[in-house]
Amino acid sequence: MKNAFAKLMIVFAAALLIGAPQAVQASDLKGDLEIFSWWAGDEGPALAALIDIYKKENPGVNVINATVTGGSGVNAKAVLKTRMLGGEPPDSFQVHAGQELIGTWVKADRMEDLTPLFKEMGWMEVFPEGLIKLIGTDKGIWSVPVNIHRSNVMWYVPANLKKWGVEAPKTWDDFFAAADKLKAAGVTPLALAQNWTANHLWESVALASMGADNWDALWAGKLPFDSAEGVKAWELFGKVLQYTNADASSLSWQQATDMVLDGRAAFNIMGDWAAGYMTTTKKLVPGEGYGWIASPGTTGEFMFLADSFGLPKGAPHRDNAIAWLKVLGSKEGSDTFNPLKGSISARTDTDLSKYNGYLQSAAADFGKDRVVGSLAHGVAANETFMGGFATIMEMFLKTKSPDAAAKACAQLAKKSGI
Amino acid sequence: MREASRDKLKAFLTLLPSMILIGVFVYGFIGNTIWTSMTDWGGMGALALEPEKNFIGLENYIDLFTGFLGGGFRQDLVNAVYYSVLLLAGAVGLGMFIAILLDQKPRGEDVLRTIFLYPMSLSFIVSGTIWRWLLAPQGGVNVLPTYFGFKPLTFSWLSSQSATLVFNWQDLLRILIYIAAFVLILVGLFLLRKDQGRAIKRWLVPGILLGAFVWLFGGIIPDALFMEEEHGFNLATLGIIMATIWQYSGYTMALYLAGFNGISQDLRDAAMLDGASQFGYYRFVAIPMLKPITISAVIILSHISLKMFDLIFAMTGPDNAETGHPALTMYLTTFRANDFARGAAIAIVLFLIAAMFIVPYLVGQYRQRGRR
Repeated sequence: MKNAFAKLMIVFAAALLIGAPQAVQASDLKGDLEIFSWWAGDEGPALAALIDIYKKENPGVNVINATVTGGSGVNAKAVLKTRMLGGEPPDSFQVHAGQELIGTWVKADRMEDLTPLFKEMGWMEVFPEGLIKLIGTDKGIWSVPVNIHRSNVMWYVPANLKKWGVEAPKTWDDFFAAADKLKAAGVTPLALAQNWTANHLWESVALASMGADNWDALWAGKLPFDSAEGVKAWELFGKVLQYTNADASSLSWQQATDMVLDGRAAFNIMGDWAAGYMTTTKKLVPGEGYGWIASPGTTGEFMFLADSFGLPKGAPHRDNAIAWLKVLGSKEGSDTFNPLKGSISARTDTDLSKYNGYLQSAAADFGKDRVVGSLAHGVAANETFMGGFATIMEMFLKTKSPDAAAKACAQLAKKSGI
Repeated sequence: MREASRDKLKAFLTLLPSMILIGVFVYGFIGNTIWTSMTDWGGMGALALEPEKNFIGLENYIDLFTGFLGGGFRQDLVNAVYYSVLLLAGAVGLGMFIAILLDQKPRGEDVLRTIFLYPMSLSFIVSGTIWRWLLAPQGGVNVLPTYFGFKPLTFSWLSSQSATLVFNWQDLLRILIYIAAFVLILVGLFLLRKDQGRAIKRWLVPGILLGAFVWLFGGIIPDALFMEEEHGFNLATLGIIMATIWQYSGYTMALYLAGFNGISQDLRDAAMLDGASQFGYYRFVAIPMLKPITISAVIILSHISLKMFDLIFAMTGPDNAETGHPALTMYLTTFRANDFARGAAIAIVLFLIAAMFIVPYLVGQYRQRGRR
């Protein structure tokens, strides 16, 4: 018995001696790291590139890529909820930055404060101040943003516009003037897809209708939804809807984008993942094959959404997860991930030469525009509001009653604590 | 006697584990859902380790049926009724029709039977995706005529925004009373031949009085809502109903075919000898004999239509007022909006509707057995 113990000690010492030099080269983290996300398909390679960087730095860690597919994380979020409620959190999970995280998981006291990490890595200086405000509360900072997407972009094909003799509209009045001309030519002025893209359109229209200050006041609970400004936003939205295609609810956003590319529709308002789709999948050159402009009435405003990763309390491999977050926030990680994903980096010191023409222009706007949070993609409001808003949108698409929709929004805001 | 009671004990002990498991995992969870539906579990801290739950009684239900934010749910409920009725009529009718044709023993009957039954083996997600492509506004069915040189159809099977049979939810109570009056009169007419006095006294007169009362003094009855809210049969649901009928008529066909084959050839010969036509044989002999099959088909199909989820998800997506369904709303309310209490309330509403179909059947079965 004693002998066995001595042998064990010798083996242990030997292992330490052999192991020591390795620890100098790379971190000595061991065990698993489970990353929970909904990035598959087009977005899979970007995530894989990040995991490659992580593996190079931490060869001892076994990375488990737990992806649950489904657009904007519908299925992933349901799986995540059952896991968290069952007391089995992943080490780190993807979430839309902002209220979707704060109103759900932070309010439930399920997340760790990342302020120390932000300070240690010097991220307070490299991320824009406005962004840090939106991903944090007075109690801390809750997630590491990996990318920035812009939501208020209007897409078109320059050659087609020239053919029809219209220009990309700067305001909604310009749009209505152009739209009548387009309708006469048998072209759908604005391509729309299934209902969540209507939410997406609504936020751009509402921002144009009420302006950035009112928009922020709305989500801070200072401007009621059934105020004159709120009703006016719904009125404008109803007017815009008259110029969209009737079969919207059975199209995906890609199909709506295709309508613009085919020349069946003139414009489409969609987030800038549409640029990724047109550049990567459709092989079009930014600026020639497709053009873009801030959605009408929102020039100088940058409505953003961001994917980010957080650290749940009780993560089984906390150290590994923190190393993962460090990769996500680093310049190298950010500049590897974003050109592949088709988004811009959240850091201000990004290497712009790695990005294509559209992304460079978006990065320039992000640096100088007024940044506001998106509703449809989780920045502005919590999940209770977002879930209810989808129902209100259904009602509005059917009844087209601005008053009822604005009142319903006000009730919903009360219920979800805005 | 001893032997018998020991057997009984053994049987009881054998059944005990499954009784306990069903007791906990079915009835216990139903009870828990009912309890959850009467709390205010939802909102900001819904996902905390120890979420705050307060008992609020029936508020969630009242909100669903009369609240401002429940409009989507109400439309879904109306959709579900139309789905159920049309699915039952379509699948039972079409299934029976195919079964009668196959009962004529055409050549290659077994191959045809397999072909008709095959759609049922597909998952709803797969068939839903196929049908979505078939019914796409600019594809599938709508471009069929162009192969024959005609103009393409423009019917939007899945995205039509028009509705028929529109009614105002404000009138809900009035409509319910009308339906009750209608049922009373119908039962009365049905019983008229058997027991005239009772039929008139018990059913016909109350039914007519009730109907007349609402007709004349409907204004007294309170509105269910404070504002107008219209619901109806959305034409966009037609595509989904078609897909479901396609998938399930093969199943009812198999049920009926098995029933038809079970009827002895002698009976058929006897009917023919008495001068029954083909139609007469089925109308007066075969189909009445298969009443139990019809009932089980109706029960199975009705609960399928009540929990329809994946097909709608695949064909028209989650947020679509035109084609929504309470089961979808329940999932989204619970897992997307984190409103667990309201989700539970929707689940209980669905549960009660399903019980409305199944409990009378079970009671009937039980009575029949008691009589024997």
